[in-house]
Amino acid sequence: MSAPRSQPVNDTQLDSAGLARRLSQTWATPKGLWGALTTVDHKIIGRRYVVTALIFLALGGVLALLMRWQLARANNGLIGPDLYDQIFTQHGSNMMFLFAVPVMEAMGIYLVPLMIGTRNIAFPRLNAYSYWLYLAGGLMLWISFALDMAPDVGWFAYVPLSGPQFGAGKRSDIWAQMITFTEVSALAVAVELVVTIFKQRAPGMTLQRIPVFVWAMLVTSFLIILAMPAIMVASTSLILDRLVGTHFFNPAEGGDVLLWQHLFWFFGHPEVYIIFLPATGMISAIIPTFVRRPLVGRLGLVLALIATGVLAFGLWVHHMFVVGLPRLGESFFTVSSMSIAIPAGVQIFCWLATLWDGKPVMRVPLLFVIAFLVTFVIGGLTGVMVASVPFDTQVHDTYFVVAHFHYVLIGGAVFPLMGALYYWFPKFTGRLMSERLGRWVVSLVFVGFNLTFFPMHILGLEGMPRRVYTYSEQMGWQSLNLLSSSAAIVLAAGFALFFIDLLRSLRRGEPAGENPWNAATLEWATASPPPSCNFVHIPVVTGAEPLWENPETIEVAEGLRADRRELLVTSLTEARPVARESSPRNTIWPFLAAIATTVMLIASIFTPWAMVWGAVPLAATLIGWFWPKGTPEDES
Amino acid sequence: MKERVVMQLDALPMHGRGSDSPTMWGTLAFMLLEGSAFALCIGIYLYLLVLAPQWPIGALPPRWPAGTVMTVLLLASLVPNYLVGRWSRENDLARVRLGMVIMSVLGIAPLIVRVFEFRSLNVWWDTNAYGSILWLLLGLHSMHIATDVADTLVLGVMMFTRHGSNSRRMGDVEDNVLYWNFVVLTWLPIYFCIYWIPRL
Amino acid sequence: MSLARLATGSLVCLSCTACAGWQSALEAHGTPATGLLHLTWLLFVVGALVWICVMAILVLALRSRAAISTQATATPDTRVERRLNRAVTGAVIATALIVMGLTITSFWVARVLSPESSSPLRIRVRGYQWWWQVTYLDARPDRTFITANEIHVPSGRPIVVELSAADVIHSFWVPNLAGKQDLIPGRDNTLQFTAREPGTYRGQCAEFCGLQHAHMAFLVIVDPPEQFEHWREAQLAPGASPGGTQEQQGQRVFQSKACAACHTVQGTSAAATVGPDLTHVGSRRYIAAGLLETTRGSLAAWIADPQTLKPGTNMPMVPLNAEELNAVSAYLVSLK
Repeated sequence: MSAPRSQPVNDTQLDSAGLARRLSQTWATPKGLWGALTTVDHKIIGRRYVVTALIFLALGGVLALLMRWQLARANNGLIGPDLYDQIFTQHGSNMMFLFAVPVMEAMGIYLVPLMIGTRNIAFPRLNAYSYWLYLAGGLMLWISFALDMAPDVGWFAYVPLSGPQFGAGKRSDIWAQMITFTEVSALAVAVELVVTIFKQRAPGMTLQRIPVFVWAMLVTSFLIILAMPAIMVASTSLILDRLVGTHFFNPAEGGDVLLWQHLFWFFGHPEVYIIFLPATGMISAIIPTFVRRPLVGRLGLVLALIATGVLAFGLWVHHMFVVGLPRLGESFFTVSSMSIAIPAGVQIFCWLATLWDGKPVMRVPLLFVIAFLVTFVIGGLTGVMVASVPFDTQVHDTYFVVAHFHYVLIGGAVFPLMGALYYWFPKFTGRLMSERLGRWVVSLVFVGFNLTFFPMHILGLEGMPRRVYTYSEQMGWQSLNLLSSSAAIVLAAGFALFFIDLLRSLRRGEPAGENPWNAATLEWATASPPPSCNFVHIPVVTGAEPLWENPETIEVAEGLRADRRELLVTSLTEARPVARESSPRNTIWPFLAAIATTVMLIASIFTPWAMVWGAVPLAATLIGWFWPKGTPEDES
Repeated sequence: MKERVVMQLDALPMHGRGSDSPTMWGTLAFMLLEGSAFALCIGIYLYLLVLAPQWPIGALPPRWPAGTVMTVLLLASLVPNYLVGRWSRENDLARVRLGMVIMSVLGIAPLIVRVFEFRSLNVWWDTNAYGSILWLLLGLHSMHIATDVADTLVLGVMMFTRHGSNSRRMGDVEDNVLYWNFVVLTWLPIYFCIYWIPRL
Repeated sequence: MSLARLATGSLVCLSCTACAGWQSALEAHGTPATGLLHLTWLLFVVGALVWICVMAILVLALRSRAAISTQATATPDTRVERRLNRAVTGAVIATALIVMGLTITSFWVARVLSPESSSPLRIRVRGYQWWWQVTYLDARPDRTFITANEIHVPSGRPIVVELSAADVIHSFWVPNLAGKQDLIPGRDNTLQFTAREPGTYRGQCAEFCGLQHAHMAFLVIVDPPEQFEHWREAQLAPGASPGGTQEQQGQRVFQSKACAACHTVQGTSAAATVGPDLTHVGSRRYIAAGLLETTRGSLAAWIADPQTLKPGTNMPMVPLNAEELNAVSAYLVSLK
């Protein structure tokens, strides 16, 4: 497999065209199926993640439309209770685990190495593995849906409903194992991002010069590392209760029903910040470019990110305000839940100040930022409302809460994501998306969203609980439900147009060039799309806005090898170069390891022994993965 | 954009060690992750304890001997572990090879003791919630020992092949040493929970 | 406060139907619901004002325009930065103050709305998939009685509801009177409220509990105190003796067929507690936890095929021929 040892080739030995060519060879991913299965290029894997997540978004959206259709009329007979319960469970689980977190991670996977000036993410093979695992988990969940055995207990699967006594069949086991797939995948990416951001930044990129989007991904990664174990433990305990007779959640044998809720929400609350913080990072990246000046209060923005991350762990009981916990305990969580409005406010005011002093360029990415600000602030304010225990006793588990979380998730995460895709699409593909279609998308999505979800605040206060497959005419909820369902069509049209624009622009978008937005950060200092090695020479950074400080020239470092995959390791705070490091070649082992893991995890839904005999092929693939291949990358 | 060269990198080592090694940081990140999982399981143990009218629930506390042997064995293994770490930093291949054999043995031995520990628990995982959390804690830690032993064995074998002379392997050994420290350290609070708390 | 009423009224008008407002937090008819509604309005007004302020700043901020080719300033003016930083700091302090104010208000409201009460009426509600067992407690055991899905309370008197769950988590919520509280297996919770004036209010389970979560409703009927006592005495009596021949036949069918295996009618041999107590089912406005109005026809339809009306319900289909069905439904509707 390894090439005969030849003389090492340094980048100083080649001229510019020759170097570009040689680096392409060294870092290339061959075309075709084999290339796709063996690639470890973060850009290919990141794009793959984004596409997959967007497909899951579309599927989840169809489920939402089905629910809105069923609820448009009282006593509608379109969908019965069993299917409806599967649909809302699938909708929530799909959106949270298969779309929202993966797409944010994906943007990090693609953009972070480029923004910090390195050639690949840390642990590229783990990156490849994490995608296959994510795909496997998603396929498992959707195949179960197609087979009418999807989980039907809500995306947070409260016991005892999901437990061995009341959760018949394998539905809840499928849910719990889907969690394992997606959480292992997300944890892997989180570890990669932390190490990449800590150790692979361009020389001179001190902590103060790290782009705010990268900070957001760093904080998010720590949230993932500290929060996801909670749901892994929870879902494992659930499977154990169901499969081998443990009693974690069985009050008759010393277990506790509320233990599930504590474990789940200890993860569940940070989860929403895992989704939201990257979105704030995207806003922090888009605004400066489109107001032609750096962010106001950069330090405050970074501290707000960290404060939000820390506070996020102290809120979880606000999901349990009506379970009968002692009032003193609940009060603490009111304080913490209200307090998180403060770092959120810091971010919003810094952005507003930047918009105020800057000169706005009203292109589609900024239009999405505006849509975000209008919508997310509403969601944040209803969040402050439900942080109050007495108020929450009325609206908990009603459509008011459904409205709240869609406002913060769609307004606060999906709008920034859409703006970010319009912003970075030219970098991913070399082509711009359509400004004209984009304006239609923003308008349809903004109007459609607000008309669909605002009425739900009222419905909740008027007594409509969540997760009901139908309601009677006497309740007086029909007109608002009909309004909401009709508006959902407008929202869907907006998304459909968005997907059309994405697909169309791939072929027929205007060519973009390196830096179509005249932006400041390093990802815009290389071609669109970037070459496989990202940068022909590693950039050297002397400020927080590198391309605005030196619009004509970029300072670079040379001396890396061109015949082996090499990148630069720098120190933690000052980003001084300390070592070179090799980056792995394309390899099939991550894919094989993912298959072994998938078999082991799916089999263990049916028998605990699968964890034992399934470990053997997994160990074999891991040995294949780590065993040195004698390639130039193994030299020291 | 035009490029201007301001820095030379070819004098840098081809591979970083210690805090210059990405895999060391990756190992730390995994320790944080798995440490969180352990902390949560201990949290579950304490939560169920507070709820229960009496603890242990319907069982005698686990018998002393196996757990104590385990603790002594694991703590003792920290010494050769430390030495292997030092030898790997000194790139001393011969001693590292010896050390990996010793650590492999010291990794397999606790697994055998663990079997006796499970049998000393005086309760099954499906007897009640107390039994469930005990088996979960012990099971999780056993899985960690097992995966680390597998890692040690494979790395140990590698040290005896031609790949062993590559200084990258020394970095791998350092990471392996670091992780074993973690495996031993996480045992201590679990040991306290399983064997001491029921007797307090 | 009349402004609040006006606003509430107009919101309710958005959804006009006859019974609209009988399961609504926006029409408060007791404590704590009234206090909660005031809090709702306060939170809404504060929130709306904050949103309007932020939007105003946004609109003003977007006045100037530029093109993407406009030169970007890499290092803005420090004086400008300082001014902007001060503005941001001011806004953050204002946010903190508002948040603190709302937190304190929330605590104060919570305290005010949970008074110690003397001589409350105690009712035990136990949640089942998908119906409510209601037990009226009394110091004297011979004055306790069990009913289902319909709660009567006297106006003006504090009611303490003891909540327990038989199977999975449910939630007791009658928004016109109080916030909700969950029923959790292995835990005992309580909820307290006082209804101000007579009326009929609907409650619904507010924690997803399985297939028929959507059809797990209950009624809270607030009577003037004397009327309540009247009702209580009637409930304490055993099931009405069947009047006509059809009703008598119905009683025989009830006691000899599967009905008696799950249901109780006091004064007969049917004494099982798997399903709702039917001693006074004829006096209740709805059957099947709010699914159907209680008429002879709906009773017959329900008994004939519960799974079609409420798919997944735990009531099995009991095979009865037409004559038996008519008799049983006549009997049940006579159990006032």
